[in-house]
Amino acid sequence: MTEAVIVVALLLVGACATAAVAVRDPVRQSLVLAVLGVVLAVLFTVLQAPDVGLSQLAVGSALTPLLLLLTVRKVRRRAQRAPDGPAGRRGREGGP
Amino acid sequence: MSPRMRLWLVAAGGAGLAALLVAACLDLPRFGGDRHPCGDRAVEASLSRHTANTVASVTFDQRAFDTLGEMSILFAAVLGSVVLLRQTRDEHRARPEPAAVSRPVRRYALLVLPVALLTGLYVVAHGQVSPGGGFQGGVVAATALHLLYLGADYRALERVRPLAPYEAGDALAASAYLVTGLAALLAGSAFLANTLLPYGTFNTLASAGTVPLLNAAIGMEVACAVVVLLAGFLDQAVEIVDEGESGERHDDPGRPGKRERP
Repeated sequence: MTEAVIVVALLLVGACATAAVAVRDPVRQSLVLAVLGVVLAVLFTVLQAPDVGLSQLAVGSALTPLLLLLTVRKVRRRAQRAPDGPAGRRGREGGP
Repeated sequence: MSPRMRLWLVAAGGAGLAALLVAACLDLPRFGGDRHPCGDRAVEASLSRHTANTVASVTFDQRAFDTLGEMSILFAAVLGSVVLLRQTRDEHRARPEPAAVSRPVRRYALLVLPVALLTGLYVVAHGQVSPGGGFQGGVVAATALHLLYLGADYRALERVRPLAPYEAGDALAASAYLVTGLAALLAGSAFLANTLLPYGTFNTLASAGTVPLLNAAIGMEVACAVVVLLAGFLDQAVEIVDEGESGERHDDPGRPGKRERP
């Protein structure tokens, strides 16, 4: 029973991590990262490491995506102003 | 040194490290077996000091010096981001205008905020008893505060979050950790040794000697550090604009599902 739960959690982590790499738009990527954080927290808890799971939940699914979203916002705003700069190209790449 | 030589040096070092790691791994107890020499000793030491949460005993007692290093890393990282994200001469602040927040979001954020804050403080306070501790609880409490940004607006957040006390709190908590370690030294034992306080009753809040003190210091340090870190990012994303760029409507980067126009 426990092993089945571990296998399911591992598969979910694998799927989410692959999705986080496959998604190219940074905004969506940060949301996938948040989901990955939750799934990883579940995996850690199943593997009897609730302390690590709790930090993963707090940092991986709340703090990191928030920092990423704020950074994307700043970069895009700068890109709107100077569309020819390196920041501009980056911003368009990230756009839908 | 030529690039070729450097490459060889890296390869030699890497090969040596790999060989040592493989040798060490061959000596490890088998995965999932019933022999756990390190774990057994850690649990024994933690029980002898009346600490119910062995992980807290490892981080704040048996390996308290490692935690001091980790805390310094966080402190230095936040200090670095504060320096990098400061307002430069060619930037100015534009007051963000309050934006309308949809009612379900507002209601949810304001409802969850006190619960999340309390959860964070609970996790910090019970570090020596149950899973969690200063780091986890500190992050939860600090991010909970930012629900105010989701539910109300940036100015409301700035009002409950004057930055100076948090910066001071960060430094104070880091010093408190050091001072607790030095106090043990002054009392005649080793730096950060858990010998200052009585070990108390097992599985209660007043147990585990100095573990709750160090745990609280870490909780305060992490909470303040996260608040200061997020403030730097939020300032850059919301308030600080380049010269010639006008401020824009304040909408919400932290809310999932809402995307900016490309």
